[in-house]
Amino acid sequence: MRAFSSRLSAALPALLLTTTGLQAAPDPADWEAVLDEARGQTVYWYAWAGEQRTNDYIDWVAKRVDEQFDIELTHVKIGDTAEAVSRVLAEKQAGNHDEGNVDLIWINGENFATMKANDLLFGPFAEALPNFALTHPEHNPEVVTDFTLPTEGYESPWGRAQITFYYDSRELRGDSRELLEDSDDIVTPPQDIHALLEWADANPGRFTYPRIPDFTGSTFLKQALIALTDEDEALYAPVEESDFVAVTAPLWDYLDALHPHLWRSGRQFPATGPEMRSLMGDGELTLAFTFTPSEPAAAVADYELPPSTRSYVPEGGTLGNVHFVAIPYNSPHKAGAMAVADFLLSPEAQAHKQDLAVWGDHTVLDVGRLDDDGQALFALDQDNPAMLPADALQRTLPEPHPSWMTALQDAWQARYIGN
Amino acid sequence: MMLRLAPVLLVILLVAPILAGLAMALLPAFGYLPALGGESLTLAPWRALFAEPGIWRSVAVSLASGLIATAVSLAVVLLYLAAVTGSRFDRWIRRLVSPLLSVPHAAAAFGLAFLIAPSGLIARLASPGLTGWERPPDLVIVQDPWGLSLIAGLVIKEIPFLLLMSLAALPQLDPDRRIAMARSLGYRPTLAWWKVVAPSLYPLIRLPVFAVIAYASSVVDVAMILGPTLPPTLSVSILAWFSDPDLDQRFMASAGAILQLGVTATALAIWWGLERLVARMMGGWIARGGRRRGEAGLRVAGKLWILLATAIAFVGIGGLAINSVAGFWRFPDALPGSVTVTHWARALPALAGPIASTALIALVSTLLATILALAALENEQRTGRHPSRALWLLYLPLIVPQIAFLFGLVVVMEHLGTRPTHALIIFGHLLFVLPYVFLSLSEAYRRFDPRWSQLALTLGASRNAVFWRVRLPMLLAPMLTAMAVGLAVSIGQYLPTQLLGAGRVTTVTTEAVSLAAGGNRRVIGVWALVQACLPLAGFIIAIGLPKLLWSNRRGMQGAP
Repeated sequence: MRAFSSRLSAALPALLLTTTGLQAAPDPADWEAVLDEARGQTVYWYAWAGEQRTNDYIDWVAKRVDEQFDIELTHVKIGDTAEAVSRVLAEKQAGNHDEGNVDLIWINGENFATMKANDLLFGPFAEALPNFALTHPEHNPEVVTDFTLPTEGYESPWGRAQITFYYDSRELRGDSRELLEDSDDIVTPPQDIHALLEWADANPGRFTYPRIPDFTGSTFLKQALIALTDEDEALYAPVEESDFVAVTAPLWDYLDALHPHLWRSGRQFPATGPEMRSLMGDGELTLAFTFTPSEPAAAVADYELPPSTRSYVPEGGTLGNVHFVAIPYNSPHKAGAMAVADFLLSPEAQAHKQDLAVWGDHTVLDVGRLDDDGQALFALDQDNPAMLPADALQRTLPEPHPSWMTALQDAWQARYIGN
Repeated sequence: MMLRLAPVLLVILLVAPILAGLAMALLPAFGYLPALGGESLTLAPWRALFAEPGIWRSVAVSLASGLIATAVSLAVVLLYLAAVTGSRFDRWIRRLVSPLLSVPHAAAAFGLAFLIAPSGLIARLASPGLTGWERPPDLVIVQDPWGLSLIAGLVIKEIPFLLLMSLAALPQLDPDRRIAMARSLGYRPTLAWWKVVAPSLYPLIRLPVFAVIAYASSVVDVAMILGPTLPPTLSVSILAWFSDPDLDQRFMASAGAILQLGVTATALAIWWGLERLVARMMGGWIARGGRRRGEAGLRVAGKLWILLATAIAFVGIGGLAINSVAGFWRFPDALPGSVTVTHWARALPALAGPIASTALIALVSTLLATILALAALENEQRTGRHPSRALWLLYLPLIVPQIAFLFGLVVVMEHLGTRPTHALIIFGHLLFVLPYVFLSLSEAYRRFDPRWSQLALTLGASRNAVFWRVRLPMLLAPMLTAMAVGLAVSIGQYLPTQLLGAGRVTTVTTEAVSLAAGGNRRVIGVWALVQACLPLAGFIIAIGLPKLLWSNRRGMQGAP
């Protein structure tokens, strides 16, 4: 029934369209008008749904925007953000320029770069959202930069991710008899890329990284490259502008040395970060990493990881980035989508999201510049030993240019996939 | 009039979307995709495809795993049928195997993976007592580069399908009389079955066998869970290219889809060659007239292998069930440290919507499929014509790999301006449900003793009355079985649901697959069980209803 009525309301404006397809898009500068138009709209939000906690949070958002703005938010659960990109592309291919199915996408990095380059996005809108000012982009340039590319208002920041390592302290400290015998001298987790190699050498088969082209796995490559190369600046410009072979040579030497000590001697890799987590839970690994700092603590609560799990960010810092929401160019419910994007930036929604009991995803707001009431919302919740110390996420390395990711992925596959 | 249109309608409904979808894959494969700036024909996508690292190994694994999995499943089923001729063993194992048909492939694959992994159930049960392992051994078992675990996963799922198809076809061969004849000539029973029943049975189950080859050589979900990874099978690679953030990869992905079509066709051609070879060898073996040699071995093998395969499947599902209520479960504990209902309590509120959608889509598509299949079959009966040759086009959706035409079909549907609705998904499911329903129903329908209808006609009943009051009631059991198969097929569909529904319609299967991306085995356990239970309900009805309705007529209660 709902599908039918939304179909009707979507078809009506289409009838009035001229051939140019230049629909009178809602103007975010006139926010009242946007909210008026948003009332009663159904917003289809395509978001990765591999994590129950994320899904539960989105359910909560749906309830709140229904109460506040009379918007019906539907979480379209996808296993890979590219599914939504494909959908918009298929629509463009078929000439469907104003009645798309996707109203909002959870996105960043490569997917954003591709959609923007192919004119698949609506905007600029983000910087006109009333709550956007709370992110203070003048002090936090990462909320307007996605993998070195300026977002130019085509996506609105939502949360923060940073590579975080976690380990089973019981195993690492040598509580188990077997470990006491063969590696009792290594009790602290490796703090840099060279220590990681030594550690892997001493603990064969106990570490791995997700198989390329997985997102988390590719980030590990970039992280290692930043640590190993002397030409850091080259990474922040398109890859064509530098000598790829020369810049990445230390990386391949390193990986060649590392792989024999990895899980399955580097002949197999887990498909994704979550699969790596499940190997940790099965006791196949001792050390792993994630892009979601709160994931280890959440997984302990969900019985996936042992209570002896601990997280840390290595001393040199790790790669981190901001994830965003964007609106496809052919969304028929842009006003509703913008209202949702703005709600996601509200202190209420951001604080709820950061609550470890809910999701634990870090806020993009500049908490220190909020008023007292706002700051109070973000007061640290209960202690959890698997959780990262609050100051650990200060050591963030910026993401290289997106072209590096693709180039590294291709080179890795050419080197390590057997023929 | 309406009836006469049925076969035509059937073929158009199934063939048109597939051809259209294939065409939309063929164009980008040669560089034509205006939305991405591809406006001229070029071979560049093919060059990119063949330059892809490990592509030939992907192709080889797809080809080999498809053929070997089919050969092994078929062998196990035939060995079993031969070994149990005329024994009681036959009944209860058949009851055990049929429900396995309802278990979705992905769920069975997850179950198997957890069973055999180095940190899996078997290793946990045997450790540290028997093995001395305090930690999981660093062994390549699941996702081995030769595709052995993939083949095992396919075999445990294809056995029930081929068995059910064989059981449906067997009665028309009247195996008991053939065997009695052979035994009177001195053949031992199992050898007799191999020599006089098997050669006639095979042509009847050839299409299902082809469907298994096509499925096994292009499967995505099972290959993702159990298949090799560096490189993966071709179908998995294609899916990855289609979902690559770099949209230029779509050209290569389309070329890959066409290559997949070629791989599946090659697998079928090789099988066709093997058929000739085996027929020759069998011919020689039969002609030599051995009456005893090998009997005992064949008998034991027949029971052993099917029992092993069934046991593995059931224990795997059992492992998932334990996971769905497990607290943290440290290796090598044989059982979880604690038991919790959290995973179920979390999933339950979210279950209602997907279950309703799943049931609606499955019921409507199965009903439509059954009506169309009945209409086509009834038309065949009335016109007295031989089954139309065009009807084998019906099996096109089973032979053409989903991944080769579904992405193209989405573009076609967009062009037609259809919005993703339940109706569109039902149509998509019909493509796959209809062939299976037809496959399960047609033999029973065609071998229905014509004397019943003739008798009714001589008593003055109209042709319609004969259909409604004689044929339909008497065919209730096979019809319900066919419907149960249809329901199971519909419930298991992932790609058609997700692509045609634009992800907006969630079924139990789409939910299970998207949660599986999170890799939480406990949540996967919950959803896999739900996914397996739904079609099971269909099978219970299919077996129970005839018994209930015809409780006073033993002959009407149906075999399986």
